[in-house]
Amino acid sequence: MIKHVFICGLAMLGMASAVALAAETPASLMARYAQEAGIPVSALSAARGAALYRTDHPGRDGQPVRCASCHTDNPKQPGRTRVGKRIEPLAPAENPQRFTDVAKVEKWFRRNCQDVLQRECSAQEKGDFIFWLSQVK
Amino acid sequence: MNYLLRGIGVLTTVGVVSVLAFSLPSGEARGDGSDGMMPKLTHKNWQQECASCHIAYSPALLPRASWRRLMGGLDRHFGENASLDPTTQADILKFLEANAADSGTSQIGRRVMQGMGAKDAPLRLTETRWFVHKHDEVSRATWSRKSVGSAANCAACHQQAEKGVFDEHDIRIPK
Repeated sequence: MIKHVFICGLAMLGMASAVALAAETPASLMARYAQEAGIPVSALSAARGAALYRTDHPGRDGQPVRCASCHTDNPKQPGRTRVGKRIEPLAPAENPQRFTDVAKVEKWFRRNCQDVLQRECSAQEKGDFIFWLSQVK
Repeated sequence: MNYLLRGIGVLTTVGVVSVLAFSLPSGEARGDGSDGMMPKLTHKNWQQECASCHIAYSPALLPRASWRRLMGGLDRHFGENASLDPTTQADILKFLEANAADSGTSQIGRRVMQGMGAKDAPLRLTETRWFVHKHDEVSRATWSRKSVGSAANCAACHQQAEKGVFDEHDIRIPK
């Protein structure tokens, strides 16, 4: 009996940790970035996120570049990489897989902020960005 | 009796030789480039990471020295930051080296190497003599069509490129 309870407990623990590993949401990521930035979640701004997405920056080759260059002006639309491969839409309303895996989110912020802004994005910028995209209906 | 023994001997030899000849290194099945197929390979990180932005180009299209250079500069990968965590990067490089053009694992690799100088380590597989020769009938105007985008966009014309099928019959050049 005790053994049984123990095994059940282990199984439940296993499931709980599997869920904890996989289940980020846009909201949980916003909370994470707000905490990292040392501000309350309510201080994140969708308007700043939208501006970050749409603002042109001088790219490495001198040509203006912005998020929308590859992701298109409408984040509910699929984008295209420079080589021409389809990019699934960024907005969670259209693509529920977005912002559910922190490792993936961090990888792409690291790469794309370097490409567009020539620097890493701050935690607040990441929070603003996800806030705006999760509001796109 | 003697003939019977000799017969068995011959059959055994043929059997062993053919088993040796057709057993391929792990990861590789049919499709070695001689039949319009890229070597059939599976590797989770290669397929997942490299194919985020373009198709997962076959390791057989460049020599080991090229893959080392390429994987050593992912933070400036043809003008883009494609950096990976060190573990994933090392894992992918190991796979690329094991199946590179000069690894001796594929017919297509041997062909790529035929046009390559001993010290050549190009970064672009589209600049190898093999690639240029294969595409010599494609005009510059065709390459620069918006629907093609760039020579790196295999799937623009090779309809089944993502499956490793590069058969002449599966080519449709977009307008």
